[in-house]
Amino acid sequence: MIIQTRDIGKTFGSVLALREVSMSVEAGQVTCVLGDNGAGKSTLIKILAGVHQHDTGSFLVDGAEVRFGSPREALDRGIATVYQDLAMIPLMSVWRNFFLGSEPRKGLAFDVATARRVAREELRAMGIDIRDVDQPVGTLSGGERQSVAIARAVHFGARVLILDEPTSALGVKQAGVVLRYIARARDRGLGVVFITHNPHHAYPVGDRFLLLNRGTSLGEYRKGDITREELTGLMAGGAELEQLSHELSHEPDRE
Amino acid sequence: MTTVPADERIGSVGLARRLLIRPELGAVVGLIAVFAFFAAQSPVFRSPAGIANWLDPAATLGIMAVAIALLMIGGEFDLSAGVLTGTTGLILVTLATRYGFDVWTAMLVGLVVALLIGLANGLVVTRTRLPSFIVTLGTFLMLQGINLGVTKALTGTVQVSGLRRAAGYETARTIFAGTIDVGGTSFRVAILWWVLVTAVATWVLMRSRAGNWIFAVGGNEQAARAVGVPAARTKIALFMTTAVAAWLVGSILALRYTSVQANIGIGQEFIYIIAAVIGGCLLTGGYGSAIGAAIGAVIFGMADKGIVFLGWDADWFKFFLGAMLLLATLANRLVRRYAEEVKH
Ligand SMILES: Nc1ncnc2c1ncn2[C@@H]1O[C@H](COP(=O)(O)OP(=O)(O)OP(=O)(O)O)[C@@H](O)[C@H]1O
Ligand SMILES: [Mg+2]
Repeated sequence: MIIQTRDIGKTFGSVLALREVSMSVEAGQVTCVLGDNGAGKSTLIKILAGVHQHDTGSFLVDGAEVRFGSPREALDRGIATVYQDLAMIPLMSVWRNFFLGSEPRKGLAFDVATARRVAREELRAMGIDIRDVDQPVGTLSGGERQSVAIARAVHFGARVLILDEPTSALGVKQAGVVLRYIARARDRGLGVVFITHNPHHAYPVGDRFLLLNRGTSLGEYRKGDITREELTGLMAGGAELEQLSHELSHEPDRE
Repeated sequence: MTTVPADERIGSVGLARRLLIRPELGAVVGLIAVFAFFAAQSPVFRSPAGIANWLDPAATLGIMAVAIALLMIGGEFDLSAGVLTGTTGLILVTLATRYGFDVWTAMLVGLVVALLIGLANGLVVTRTRLPSFIVTLGTFLMLQGINLGVTKALTGTVQVSGLRRAAGYETARTIFAGTIDVGGTSFRVAILWWVLVTAVATWVLMRSRAGNWIFAVGGNEQAARAVGVPAARTKIALFMTTAVAAWLVGSILALRYTSVQANIGIGQEFIYIIAAVIGGCLLTGGYGSAIGAAIGAVIFGMADKGIVFLGWDADWFKFFLGAMLLLATLANRLVRRYAEEVKH
């Protein structure tokens, strides 16, 4: 167990963003966090990543309680995050982005030759096909960008990789590509936290599923304990979905 | 798995695009055009003496434009930089002529004050998250007031003079404001300082970790911070660098003229920004080059002196300024579109 939270909670002023949420992340496993918009998914992982601090409950890394003051501290403990909204710098080249914040040095200088070469090699090792590491990240597709960010985290020795909705803006094919990289990172022994609102993306790669609804946990399930249909049902709030499908279905005998 | 053999898509990226996304491209084209224009009409302009003549304003402007370019790439502005050249010059001359300091100690005090002002700008901007445009506009006005107020209170006039008599003047002048003879033409030593500043700035931007951080905090500060870039420290360092550049230019000018007007430098802050923009800096940050800004300064120097060589009214300089700025921003926007174009 690398990461564990116990009844963790967070408020923003009067907004109760998160209440008594417990979850865990193990090496070589994927923990999926599912929930609707505003459920508190991003808030939860921002606590894990050192962006926010929790107000209640406890947060354990390797069994010891921690409280990160900055993203850097989380990174130093091997917890790397790829954010939904802020992933990379569009006008900077792939290799500059790849090493941003952890640039290899040669004397006083930034060892750009090494950076270029290693970026190219690491991307290739993850099976990521980038035309040219000198191109600005802004010219990559959303899926390519997520993939580069994942490869970066793996390269820098992350033990835990947190991905905030990496597939939400992607088409079916691109989402598939990203899911494949998630599986690769897992196979390399990383613990992955995968946030999504799509149970069809979560189910195939996930080992555990944490369901959030309006800041509270609907429970953490192991894959063996839940079917895809149950997961989908829970996600949509079961009864609500039935109600919705009833509302949206045709009523043939009107008019 | 998804590896495509010897990528057929590389061709489509193309050399043209590679060149176009160099920030200096527009400035280089402008440089050639402006040089050709004046050189064709004025033999003096293209003579060694003429070149020495227009490289001089290019040098002092260039030192500032390069520093401002770094700051703009880092996503911030400094409107107080122009007036700060005046403040540091006034400190130098006042201390050396009225308080018995030798020139070197007076320059050191000026440097410390400049660093403190840069630090203050940086701290206020990073702590309050207010736009640097507003924060440094405040600094600009306050310095302008201090420059005039203190000078008037001390001398009863709006200038301080007499630096020539101060101890250490001759050596300091040789180093900062002297001339160097090249093939019978004397060039200002400021040109060397400008080349040095441009070279160091380019190295920092392209070949140091700090350079990577500067591009990153200007491109997307939050993303940069999330991967562990010390964003606030980077920005504060940039404000302090700009202040040091202002100190260098203020000292060069004070040593050259031995007197300083209390209102010097006012209005220059926009010229620095314009030179940086002509050199390819985006107003939105995250993109640009030090060499580009240096070239932008040369274009200015050429136009400034070239108009005089042609015997035109100096007012045409302003027209030229405006036209160059418009052309440059249009070119930059195209570049940005190319570079940032998101493929779906
Ligand atoms: N910095 C903040 N200040 C105030 N409220 C916040 C802040 N961050 C999040 N919230 C609130 O906390 C709740 C949970 O937000 P969060 O971003 O964690 O949701 P999410 O599950 O990631 O949603 P989405 O699927 O849309 O990304 C929301 O009601 C949001 O408005
Ligand atoms: Mg979110």
